[in-house]
Amino acid sequence: MHHSIEIEHLSFSYPDGHQALRDVSLHIAPCEKVALVGPNGAGKSTLILHLNGILTGKGDIRVCGLDVTEKNYGRVRAQVGMVFQTPDDQLFSPTVFDDVAFGPLYQGLPAQEVNARVDEALAAVHMNDYIRRVSHHLSVGEKKRIAIATVLSMKPEVLVLDEPTAGLDPRARRSFINLLKELPLTLLVSTHDMLLVEELFPRMVIMDEGKIVADGPTEQLMGDAALLEAHGLERQ
Amino acid sequence: MHVHFLDPYRPRSSPIHRLDGRVKFVLILAFILTAALLPAGAWAPYGALFGLILLVEFLSALGMGYVLKRSALAFPFVLAALPVIFTAKGSIVAHLPFGLVVSEVGLERFASIALKSWLSVQAAVVLAASTQFPDLLVAMRAVRLPRLLVMLFGLMWRYLFVFADEVMRLTRARSARSGQSDLPNVKTGGSVAWRAHVTGGMAGNLFLRAFERSDRIYMAMLARGYDGEVRTLPLPAIRRVHWLVFIAGLAILVLLLILGFLF
Repeated sequence: MHHSIEIEHLSFSYPDGHQALRDVSLHIAPCEKVALVGPNGAGKSTLILHLNGILTGKGDIRVCGLDVTEKNYGRVRAQVGMVFQTPDDQLFSPTVFDDVAFGPLYQGLPAQEVNARVDEALAAVHMNDYIRRVSHHLSVGEKKRIAIATVLSMKPEVLVLDEPTAGLDPRARRSFINLLKELPLTLLVSTHDMLLVEELFPRMVIMDEGKIVADGPTEQLMGDAALLEAHGLERQ
Repeated sequence: MHVHFLDPYRPRSSPIHRLDGRVKFVLILAFILTAALLPAGAWAPYGALFGLILLVEFLSALGMGYVLKRSALAFPFVLAALPVIFTAKGSIVAHLPFGLVVSEVGLERFASIALKSWLSVQAAVVLAASTQFPDLLVAMRAVRLPRLLVMLFGLMWRYLFVFADEVMRLTRARSARSGQSDLPNVKTGGSVAWRAHVTGGMAGNLFLRAFERSDRIYMAMLARGYDGEVRTLPLPAIRRVHWLVFIAGLAILVLLLILGFLF
């Protein structure tokens, strides 16, 4: 039985010399739901971009039992559904259908299967009626849901979200949280939304200055006011 | 994460970097104009121009390799001049298949154009690498380029980076979803036509977003009192040393031009 995500001693510097990750190790079991918190610039997004080889640092990463190396990028990217912070980046096709179909089409699946996957993915985010809509004209909340559907259509094992609730109004946020609750996947979510963390994630990982400074049960870490304050966090 | 490679400015501490941007801008333009105006085959003035630009490159501390590598940009322009070899009338040097003839005049003109473009591009490379863009904008204002045009250049420069970042994020999101099925014997990547379709969609998306962003920027400008009139602070005076460099530079270029026409 392999872990969903295994990261060993990962370090990474940007080309301008800024060291964004320092010796990060992290293990996440299948179907575990983990929140990644920390101040801006802590390295959360950088870490996430390593999970499917978009950035490559020093250290070992395995995802769903596959080494994240160039020859495995194809399989790894199909296993890790990555939802970016700005849904506009995720939605680059003219219509909702085209965007959700991109992953399966790229994989070379037959047309029937592609259509089935698109229907299934849109059903999972309750957006079936939007299939012929133009992505550009949707609201932020709708775009977020479609963005998730675009990776669900690849049937990933791990879902990675960057700041999923940023910019959502309370109702959109609520329905989005309910949606995340329904998804039976390994979940790694980078966020500043501490209420979301308390509600949805049994485990919490705190990053600061490129390092993991705490990793444990959310309830326990949330109770440690000194720890939260030391890393610019606040229980809401 | 940002795209860094776009900005050609290379910070150095050199006399060329310190030279007032306005002086540099006009001198480089004059250099390019001189190269363009010199008659074909005026080899001695060409040599002098070459020496001049080499000296500037040396003084600029940018590294000859850097400037020469960048000056390869001149190559496509040189290609455009290729037909001149065959079209100019004059004593014939060689006969080629398809009834093409190479004339001496044609060869000379071609070599002149190639050399001139190469020199001009080198000058432009030095200017861009040794002057920060805001200083170039100041220089454009100083030579009385319409303010609206200067502002457009400024905005273009500002948002080019935003745009490049956006392109980077889009392509990144695409590669994140470019996976491989676990079914055996399935070809990944889709057809060329499909990929072109996707890329076309991305281009359309970028266009729409750029269009909308320009609207938002305009509204932000209006919100801060923009009324269509571009107002700027008066320019600082140019120091006397820089004036001297300016006059000396212009004098040399004019002299070369006269020499080129006399001999």
